Amino acid sequence: MSVSVQQQDFDVGAEIAALTAGRPQIGAVASFVGLVRDANDGAGVSRMELEHYPGMTEKALEDIVAEARTRWDIMDVRVIHRYGPLRPGERIVLVIVAGAHRGEAFAACEFIMDYLKTRAPFWKKEKTAAGERWVEAREADDEAVRRWSS
Amino acid sequence: MIRILYFASLREAIGQSAEQLVLPPGVSSVGALYAHLAGRGGAWEALARFKNLRVAVNQKMADMDAAVRDGDEVAFFPPVTGG
Repeated sequence: MSVSVQQQDFDVGAEIAALTAGRPQIGAVASFVGLVRDANDGAGVSRMELEHYPGMTEKALEDIVAEARTRWDIMDVRVIHRYGPLRPGERIVLVIVAGAHRGEAFAACEFIMDYLKTRAPFWKKEKTAAGERWVEAREADDEAVRRWSS
Repeated sequence: MIRILYFASLREAIGQSAEQLVLPPGVSSVGALYAHLAGRGGAWEALARFKNLRVAVNQKMADMDAAVRDGDEVAFFPPVTGG
């Protein structure tokens, strides 16, 4: 398991290859990539600044991955989350889950993203034509995380 | 001495990202610390204006009932929006 919080971009294919190399017991890899959209809440977004809480961010992501590993029989997880200035189309976040079968890999990948959205200390600030604004947390994200506890 | 951190829109509203504070007598929980800070007035009133403020003690999510001791790091921030 490894978690990275970094400014630089990542290579999805290289990350999957690194996670699976020499491990023929892995039969399924599920991945999620989050990108910066060019619009949000009815306004065009020209750039974004992602702030985080150094130290806590890494621990929060590691705790989320550890929780996923208690719930599903998965073999490995890779999480990368970027911070700093980002433009529309750029990658923000990567979650890769490797396991024997797809069911657990898909579920664990979605779980990690849902928890990350509500537990990992990142904050987005968008630049629009009207100026800069902090992105508001969405109720839908809280609902998404609640379904895992039912 | 405790270390207090502010992030994102709260950091901007208060105008600083961190401060050191000698734990005042009688302040032993996050809730009491929050009341003490907001009670200083000025920019600190922003604490009271923020809805759904989140808190972490020693880099773990916590709530207003959590204990605060000398040497702790306490962070206040708005709901997170990563991913």
